[in-house]
Amino acid sequence: MSILPYVDIGLALLVVGIASTTVAARDLFAAVVGYVAYGLLLAFVWIRLYAPDVALTEAAVGSGVTGVLLITAGKRLGALKNAVPDAQPALAFKLLAGALAALVAGALGAAILLLPDPPPSLAPEAAAAADGAGAGLGNPITAVLMSYRSVDTMLEKLVLILAVVGVWSVGSDKAWGSAPAELRQPKATAPMVFLAQTLAPVGVLIAIHIFWTGANAPGGAFQGGALLAAMWMVIMMAQLAKLPRIDAQWLRMALVSGPAVFLIFGLAGELTAGSFFAYPHSLAKPIILFIEAFMVLSIAAALPMLVAGPPSERPDQ
Amino acid sequence: MLLDVFSITAISAGAFFFFAGTVGLLRFPDSLTRLHALTKADNLGLGLVALGLLPRADSALSALKLIVIWALVLLSGASTAQLIGRALRRSRK
Repeated sequence: MSILPYVDIGLALLVVGIASTTVAARDLFAAVVGYVAYGLLLAFVWIRLYAPDVALTEAAVGSGVTGVLLITAGKRLGALKNAVPDAQPALAFKLLAGALAALVAGALGAAILLLPDPPPSLAPEAAAAADGAGAGLGNPITAVLMSYRSVDTMLEKLVLILAVVGVWSVGSDKAWGSAPAELRQPKATAPMVFLAQTLAPVGVLIAIHIFWTGANAPGGAFQGGALLAAMWMVIMMAQLAKLPRIDAQWLRMALVSGPAVFLIFGLAGELTAGSFFAYPHSLAKPIILFIEAFMVLSIAAALPMLVAGPPSERPDQ
Repeated sequence: MLLDVFSITAISAGAFFFFAGTVGLLRFPDSLTRLHALTKADNLGLGLVALGLLPRADSALSALKLIVIWALVLLSGASTAQLIGRALRRSRK
C-alpha cells in the first residue's frame, strides 16, 4: 500500500486545475503567473515519470526563462492592457471555434487511445546506437542527444539563433546595432543588486556543474546553459552589467559558437570516423563535452537576448 | 530510531509552517501581511524539512546540497520579498 498513486492523482488534478485557470485568466500578469506555476508542476510530473533530465529543462526553460520572457512581453504590451475584447464575436464564430477545438482535442485523444500495444519505440535502437558512438557517457540521454540524433540537437540551437535574429529584426532601422532597452527602467534597487551579487557566483558554479555532470547523471548543456542565461539576466536586471550592443563581435561569436563547433566536428566525422556527425570511438566523450561547452555558451547568450528584445535607440546616444 | 523520531518531528514542524504560511497567504487582508506569512513558509518550513532530511542523506555531500538548497531559497526568498515590498510601497505613494 503506497501513497504515491494518490500523490500522482493529486498532481495530475493540480496540473489540469492550474492549466484551466491560466487559460481562463483575464489578467495578463495572472495568466503568466499561472503559466509559471504550471511549468513547475510539470517538472514534478516529469520527475514522477522518472525523467529528471526533462524535469530540469522544464523547470529552467519551460517555467523560468519563458516566464521572464512572457512577463517582459506582457509589460511591453502595456498599451493593450489586459486585452479586453470590445465586441463579442458572433455566435456562429464561437461555435466554429469550439467545434475546431473539440476536433483537435478528440484527434489527440484518439491518437493516444489507438496506440498499438506495445507502442512503437525507437528507444532500444537509440540506446544501442548511443552505446556505440557515445561510449563513456554514463547518461544515456546525453548520449542520444549528442550522438544518436546529433543533427537534430544542432538544428535546435540554430533555431534559437534564428529566433534571436527574428527578435532583433523587429527593431527600427535607426536602432540597428545598438543595445536593447534596459530590462528595468528605473535605477536598480539595493535588494536586486544584493541578490545579483550573491546569487550569480553560486549560480554560475551550479550551471557549470549541471553541464559537466550531464555526461554521467541528469543534467546537460541545455539545462546548464539556461541557468547561466538566468544568472546573466539577474546581473543585467541589477544593472551590474550593461546590455551588450547587438553588433558586438563577442556576442555574435558566442551565439553561433555552439552550432558552428558542432558542425565542424560533424564534418570532421566524415574523415575520421567514416560518416557525417560520427565521432572516433575512443575520443567520443571528450569531443562531446567540448561541443557541449560551446552549446552552453550559445544558449547562455541566446536566451537573455530573446528576453531583452529588439535594439532600441537610447536618448543618450 | 532516535534519528527517525528527529526526522519526523522536524519535517512535521516544517509542514506545519508551510500550512500556516499558506493559510496566511489566503486569509491575510493585504499584500504586505501576505508577504510576511509567505516568508515563514520559505524560511522556517523549508529549513525544518531540510533539517529533518539531513540524517537520511546518503552522504555528507548530499547533506551539504540540502543545506545549500535551503540557503539559496533563503537568499532568493528574502530578496524577492524586499523587492515586492518596495514595489508595493512605490505603488501606494
